[in-house]
Amino acid sequence: MVRRNITGAGYGFNSWIGQRITAVIMLVVIVVFLLFVAYLATNVNSSIASWQAVFKCSFVKIFVQLFFVALFYHAWVGMRDLWMDYITCNSLKLTMHIITILWLLANLIYSIKIIWA
Amino acid sequence: MFLLGCDFMQNKTMQDRPKFLNLMILGPKMAVNAKVSILHRVSGVLMVLTIPFLLYVLKKSLVSQSFYDTLYGVISNPIIKLVYLFFIWVFVYHICAGVRFLLLDLHKGIEIKTAQTTARIVIVLSLILTAILGVLIW
Repeated sequence: MVRRNITGAGYGFNSWIGQRITAVIMLVVIVVFLLFVAYLATNVNSSIASWQAVFKCSFVKIFVQLFFVALFYHAWVGMRDLWMDYITCNSLKLTMHIITILWLLANLIYSIKIIWA
Repeated sequence: MFLLGCDFMQNKTMQDRPKFLNLMILGPKMAVNAKVSILHRVSGVLMVLTIPFLLYVLKKSLVSQSFYDTLYGVISNPIIKLVYLFFIWVFVYHICAGVRFLLLDLHKGIEIKTAQTTARIVIVLSLILTAILGVLIW
């Protein structure tokens, strides 16, 4: 048997670290979002107009879009790991990879449409 | 990665690769940390499938006249409320377990006893947070 060294080339390290970084980014955005919602909920004068006004700001739109980009990258690495771990049939694995990519890309396009509408 | 364990990175040769464990056979005999791991994956898949709905709610919130129109048009039905509550749990659970995995990646709490305790904390904490959010939306 060939004693091949299987570590050291960093296979998969980029996506592994990318998944952790996107997780932290999303965590920060979610905490900020929940604090904002709590502020809206406790402030008597606030209405949906306050939420919509905040969302008109390009700065907010960019951050929300970044959140979704982070989400799709995070989800891609997660789903890819699942297919790699549980599916042993290569053709089925490839099919699931393609379906996942199409699903995430479609959602990305939908998110762009909604955020920048 | 989570299931195979961290020692994967330290293995040098093909012979030392991690043992394959069949989850279907292992099933109920899984330790609590393995259950947290598999639930983390299941909750992740469920959320990937509900992204379009999340985006749809975002869209409605940007055009509706009130929060009532955005959420309560759908939420008023008790069964729908339970579905919402389930997805809130899925979301809260994924975050709680995710924070635990991030800490494990930083080598915090990797002793087996600590890891099992934090795994139980993740399950209990996610249920408590879901209950609180459930009371708030009901």
